[in-house]
Amino acid sequence: MVDLEAGWREIPEGGLIVEAGNAVEYITGGWRAQCPVLDLEKCTHCLFCWIHCPDCSILVEETKMKGFDLDHCKGCGICAQACPVEAITMVTE
Amino acid sequence: MGRYVALDGNSATAEAMRQINPDVVAAYPITPQTSIVQTFSEFVADGLVDTEFITVESEHSAMSACIGASAAGGRVMTATSSAGLAFMWEVVYVAASTRLPIVMPVVNRALSAPINIHCDHSDSMGARDAGWIQLFSENAQEAYDNTIQAVQIAEREEVRLPVMVMSDGFITSHAVERVEIEEDEAVKRFIGPFRPTYPLLDIDNPVTYGPLDFYDFYMEHKRQQAEAIERAKEAVIEVGEEFGKTFGRPYGLLEGYKLDDAEVAVVVLSSTAGTARGVVDDLRGRGIKAGLLKPRCFRPFPSQEIVASLRDKAVVGVMDRSDSFGALGGPLFMEICAAFQAHGVRTKVVDYIFGLGGRDTTPDQIESVFRDLLQIAETGEIERLVNWLGVREGKQEVVTAA
Repeated sequence: MVDLEAGWREIPEGGLIVEAGNAVEYITGGWRAQCPVLDLEKCTHCLFCWIHCPDCSILVEETKMKGFDLDHCKGCGICAQACPVEAITMVTE
Repeated sequence: MGRYVALDGNSATAEAMRQINPDVVAAYPITPQTSIVQTFSEFVADGLVDTEFITVESEHSAMSACIGASAAGGRVMTATSSAGLAFMWEVVYVAASTRLPIVMPVVNRALSAPINIHCDHSDSMGARDAGWIQLFSENAQEAYDNTIQAVQIAEREEVRLPVMVMSDGFITSHAVERVEIEEDEAVKRFIGPFRPTYPLLDIDNPVTYGPLDFYDFYMEHKRQQAEAIERAKEAVIEVGEEFGKTFGRPYGLLEGYKLDDAEVAVVVLSSTAGTARGVVDDLRGRGIKAGLLKPRCFRPFPSQEIVASLRDKAVVGVMDRSDSFGALGGPLFMEICAAFQAHGVRTKVVDYIFGLGGRDTTPDQIESVFRDLLQIAETGEIERLVNWLGVREGKQEVVTAA
């Protein structure tokens, strides 16, 4: 992540981001008003949520739904809408 | 050794482009630039260049394609005029802000309305704050030489900015002159190979171009741009000297003619400087100490150099081939006034708006400017700060309010 105090001589020219994949360091979870909550008993691990999440915030291990990356989930609720078994509910934070 | 050929300005520019052999040219035809891209497209069709020529549907797309190709890592050129440059507007800024060394001949033409295809400088003067380096050419030879030098200047590591190379529409672009065309190999050696910084096609080192940039970094990026175009001044000088050593025609930021001991001087860009030179000779023959200053580089504006060459003159007449409506005067006039003020120079300056929409500017008209300057020098009185040269005032008597 770039130093927010960096002066104009210390940053890449032309507005370029020369470090690949550094968006992961930008914590966007703070934008969230509603938080997804998973009911593992209902979840069938179909991974529709993983397919639909626009922020890659569905955590999956060995093809199983494990929860949410709340550092980057913006609380859009698309996963809850996409879930065919209503295993995800949105809760006001 | 170069060879002397009879070429118009656009053909000379197209020759320079053939020798530069850019990786990509994306362009749209517009009068009077058309014959540059038309001639160049023949070079492409004949296999004389390796260029990927992208025929786009508009100038906005032309510059957009150039930006993409330049970011990808290519040496890129386009060319335009007038409404074409105006249509590019949004992306002209993007090219400079993204620090892409694109070279673009601009064949100066008036802007509409009323519609007009002939020369004035409104098009490129409108783009003077876009962050591009701007070089003005007096004739076909300079259009050729400046196009070659522009590649070097743009690609300098400390600069990395796009360059516009201006020439006067029809006057320079379509008039056949004697031009020295250098050997292909010599031009190739002079410009050297293109070394892209952060090319998008380097897939092992992925980068992001054009991200969102808010209040937390935007201003730092603008500060960098200001620094880069300031550094371009030195680059223009160095490349001009190097060009002189290599090809025998040195270039600087500006060119004075019989200026050192002149009492009155005219400042004018591009082809009119040629006419003015003849007027200076004529006046000198009659014992009048007249001089001429032809700025070559308008952006970055060589304010110190202009002040140094004009500070001891009694009166300076600036000739502007465009107006900045509602402003103090034309763009060249305002810059020179500002430079004089900033450096504490009290030389009197007057402005002459001339040659709009291709209106002929005759030696008689330029001589009338010198006569005005001599009168101001004598009386110390400036009758009118901004004058329109060669405009019909009509027969009606002008009644001015008391």
